[in-house]
Amino acid sequence: MGRKTPLFSLHQELNARIVDFGGWDMPVQYSSQIGEHHAVRRAAGVFDVSHMCVVDLKGPRVRAFLAALLANDVGRLRAPGKALYSCMLRDDGGILDDLIVYYLAEDFFRLVVNAGTRDKDLAWIRDRAQSFGVTVTERDDLAMLAVQGPEARAKAAQLLNPADVEAALALASFSGAAFGRWFVARTGYTGEDGFEIMMPAADAVPAWRSLNSLGVASCGLGARDTLRLEAGMNLYGNDMDESTHPYESALGWTVALSPGRDFIGRAAIEPLAKASPRRLVGLLLEDRGVLRGHQKVHVAGGGAGEITSGTFSPTLERSIAFARVPAATPAAVQVDIRGKLLNARVVKPPFVRFGRALITL
Amino acid sequence: MSQLPQDLKYTKSHEWVRTRADGSLEIGITDHAQHALGDLVFVEVPEAGRAVKSGDACAVVESVKAASDVYAPVSGEILEGNAQLASAPETVNGDAYGAGWLYRLKPAAGAVQAAQLLSPQDYQKVLDAEAG
Repeated sequence: MGRKTPLFSLHQELNARIVDFGGWDMPVQYSSQIGEHHAVRRAAGVFDVSHMCVVDLKGPRVRAFLAALLANDVGRLRAPGKALYSCMLRDDGGILDDLIVYYLAEDFFRLVVNAGTRDKDLAWIRDRAQSFGVTVTERDDLAMLAVQGPEARAKAAQLLNPADVEAALALASFSGAAFGRWFVARTGYTGEDGFEIMMPAADAVPAWRSLNSLGVASCGLGARDTLRLEAGMNLYGNDMDESTHPYESALGWTVALSPGRDFIGRAAIEPLAKASPRRLVGLLLEDRGVLRGHQKVHVAGGGAGEITSGTFSPTLERSIAFARVPAATPAAVQVDIRGKLLNARVVKPPFVRFGRALITL
Repeated sequence: MSQLPQDLKYTKSHEWVRTRADGSLEIGITDHAQHALGDLVFVEVPEAGRAVKSGDACAVVESVKAASDVYAPVSGEILEGNAQLASAPETVNGDAYGAGWLYRLKPAAGAVQAAQLLSPQDYQKVLDAEAG
């Protein structure tokens, strides 16, 4: 038996198939994974992401603490509510986790970290927060709903106090604001517009039911995975982990190497910024079949790579993947699927954004 | 849970077997199996002429989530794979016991008797046990 979110009973009532995800009993699909995927690309869907870990950091030196803790530069966060995506690195540059950090006030930042890395992240953060006098509070009293899709913001805004609707709809991409006891952010993991809403656990079930009644489809982790892959977004544990660094994980853009910044892992990874022997690329399968994690990639000239995440793309109706390959890999590669070498093309993710294919088939 | 077709035999690994008028066998995956897999997006069927032994992996069904092998319930020679499934793998979801058949096989002499096929009643017990 895994941990359960405040929505677990509702998922059961909605006939979701429940699977273990990072120690949590989570809905993988309700009716059809492909149907849920299309609902998000074409209209709106809601995901339970309450298993993710919300961590509040408070103290007068919290900004300095985060400047050392994170590979991206919290100095970029100037307007309250603004969010930033970052890796948290080990001293040797291995990726401990990827996370979102929200700037709420000069003495108050909020992190959202992965469910499966919760314990090690909290231990790592607490160990280093002490010398900055920063208090670390795990907010397991909150539930989190991701409402995603072209109609998501308009639908979700109807759950707010009418006086707050205009301000919520005016939120810029990658920023959030508190409305009563809810924190609403214009972020997501699908490649569509939408909100992620943190709320007291007791609000989650009524909010979900209201969204359903507004025509927002219940969506499971299965659709979440195909959506994020199409959107070119990494999944921690699949596409990167402690044994890989950002420059071989297509995350170099999240590392801020501006002069004078001294963050954990900088010394180890800075030489790799322009000289990483490997890179993470997108693959489009030209032949019939389905790319899957751990399949071997054959590169002309004798190199080899490996798929880190692969699936069938419901939007493209073709198989797509991320693969870690030698830096000099040409555009045409082959993938070993059950002993057969199938042709694939190296492409630059994202594959799909805002409902539209971004690569030529 | 829908009623299992009574004219078919089954396996513990969720294949069904239909005996055709000419003695050849038609093989597919059960409704329970397709439901557990979810939306199928790719099906690989065996080529005609291939000799298979009972228990060999000889077809693959892939949903969005995962790939699963389909095993030969009986030894014999493949007569044909269902070519329609290449362009319409979802047929297996919609009609698991009919148009969603995977391949046809000519059983080797004595192979049907040797195979450990389950009656609908016994397969139902397998499903009940899995449901716990």
